[in-house]
Amino acid sequence: MEWILALAIGALTGSGVWLLLRPRTFQFIMGLTLLTYAVNLFIFAMGRLRLDAPPVIDPHWADPERYADPLPQALVLTAIVIGFATTALFLVVLLAARGMSDTDHVDGEERRP
Amino acid sequence: MNPWLQPLPVLPVLLPMMTAAAMLLTRDGQRPVRMALAAVSLALQGVVALLLLAATLEWLPTGWPDGIGVYMLGSWPAPFGIVLVVDRLSALMLGLTALLGTCTWIYATARWDSVGTHFHPLFQLILMGLNGAFLSGDLFNLFVFFEILLTASYGLMLHGSGKQRVSAALHYIGVNLIASFLLLIAIALIYGLTGTLNLADLSLRAQTLYGADRQLFDSAAAILGVAFLIKAAAWPLNFWLPSTYAQACAPVGALFAIMTKVGIYALLRIGSLLLPAGAPAAFGGAWMFPAGIATLAFGTLGMLASIDARRITAYAVITSSGTLFAALGMPGATLTGPALYYLLSSVAALAALFLLLELIERSQPFGADVLAITQEAFETEEADAASLSEQVVGEPLPATLSFLGLSFFTCALIIVGLPPLSGFVAKFSLLSAALRTAEYGAPTLNVWLLVAAMLVSGVACLMALGRSGVRLFWVPEALQIPRLRIREITPILILLSACALLTVRAGPTLDYLDGTAHYLNEPGRYVEAVLGQNSPRLGTTPGPGPAHARGTQP
Repeated sequence: MEWILALAIGALTGSGVWLLLRPRTFQFIMGLTLLTYAVNLFIFAMGRLRLDAPPVIDPHWADPERYADPLPQALVLTAIVIGFATTALFLVVLLAARGMSDTDHVDGEERRP
Repeated sequence: MNPWLQPLPVLPVLLPMMTAAAMLLTRDGQRPVRMALAAVSLALQGVVALLLLAATLEWLPTGWPDGIGVYMLGSWPAPFGIVLVVDRLSALMLGLTALLGTCTWIYATARWDSVGTHFHPLFQLILMGLNGAFLSGDLFNLFVFFEILLTASYGLMLHGSGKQRVSAALHYIGVNLIASFLLLIAIALIYGLTGTLNLADLSLRAQTLYGADRQLFDSAAAILGVAFLIKAAAWPLNFWLPSTYAQACAPVGALFAIMTKVGIYALLRIGSLLLPAGAPAAFGGAWMFPAGIATLAFGTLGMLASIDARRITAYAVITSSGTLFAALGMPGATLTGPALYYLLSSVAALAALFLLLELIERSQPFGADVLAITQEAFETEEADAASLSEQVVGEPLPATLSFLGLSFFTCALIIVGLPPLSGFVAKFSLLSAALRTAEYGAPTLNVWLLVAAMLVSGVACLMALGRSGVRLFWVPEALQIPRLRIREITPILILLSACALLTVRAGPTLDYLDGTAHYLNEPGRYVEAVLGQNSPRLGTTPGPGPAHARGTQP
């Protein structure tokens, strides 16, 4: 399972970074989105991968060995919300820039051939 | 111990948050209500910042150990719950934020706040983010407050709209989003390795890491450092800064003068706490010093190459960051005190210059400055000025021109570092402290490099600002005599008097800042205050000692 997750994070990050380096705002925001997924999975993985382990501790059965770490799950929720909000905001700015400059180049002007 | 003083550290976050929430209940058209709310909130924030400053000096009966206030949100003891920590450094930065916030807000009420929507709530939210970042006692909340201040800054950056501004904002937002991802990756990695995000706890845990874990921790710290260096505008991570700062409307540009300093604060804070653990990568001199010199060189060249006065000021922000990196990258704590003094003086002067430039632009014959890239914004201002002319205070006398000229001259003196104002005291104390470190065995080459870089950048800055002063004031065409309002003049006067006060009270200020530097050099005091804290309200026993293994990873 570690392999699958690591490959998934790697593939998402790689594609995300590739898209970030492209000159179009749409590609840029897609890259940001992929990178958000990668980062969120990474945070989640930092709580170690556990199967069939609940994150909420039962007071009668409080052996930490039996539980998944709940903190990264809380962190990842916060990160998802913040990432979502900032990406949405970026989308608005992207559309405004597109409307004002009539191009979707990140610099607001097409490179002269 | 006074129970009324205990919630003091949470107020700088709570006040602007509640004010912003209350403002959103009013319509955007109800400007007087919003302005009244903002005025009350800013006044209270100023009072709270002063009280916290007094508390960290142990002038108030707070009962805080060592003057370090720890506020436990939800009353959970330190490594488990979220804590807000106020110490000398935080209190200083809170005070600076309150001063800068008040000045830029007063300036903005003259005209800029009505150019777009929701200026006042966004302004309160950026203050909340700044205050929170200075108070946060753990890494993740530092990230959250960074995001709050950045998100508010995106809104303020776009305030007033316009093609150039939106284009600059696009780059600014893009770069900062990537920096935020780096921050998250680093935070996750650090949590995965140490099982804690509390800064005090982290400082202890980091010392117990060795082998592969240690290397991984060092890489995590390096990523964290890179994220902060992007925010603090270190070369080569600062290409977003000049156009962003030059394009933002004047009060926002002035407020942004403190934004890069948040990154420097974070580097200083985390560097100080990781010091006994062998501060890795970006937090230590090995990286920070060369980055500082390179940033200084880049800022200097940028200043010389720019024509527009706002871009020169934006590059001056980079130069100021570079000076701080280089100074903080020197070994020992000798330079930290003067560096903090330089930070206070340069933030106030740069903010005043940002505000001033807009007023000076109004005196320029329209269209004379064809190279000014802020023409769009300029045009709308002119229309505004005409419609508001009946509210103008005072007759358009040449007195306004002499005020502008004198203020520009004063700002330039402070930024360049010429006597007699605070800029000189700052640079002089930095240089003399740098020369003193040579006696303690710091690499001599670094000392001379720092001295040379600072002096050369000072000369270049003098040339750039002198040239733009000549271009702005000594023009052959008759200058229009601008109409200034009291609300536009007052903030500049306040900021410049703050610099004058810093000069007059340089001795006590430097003593306080040197105390802060020594305190930062002994992270044990911070760790002790945070982890040794037991909850007085719950009456529990002190939390488990740091030596205990807690919540170990499976």
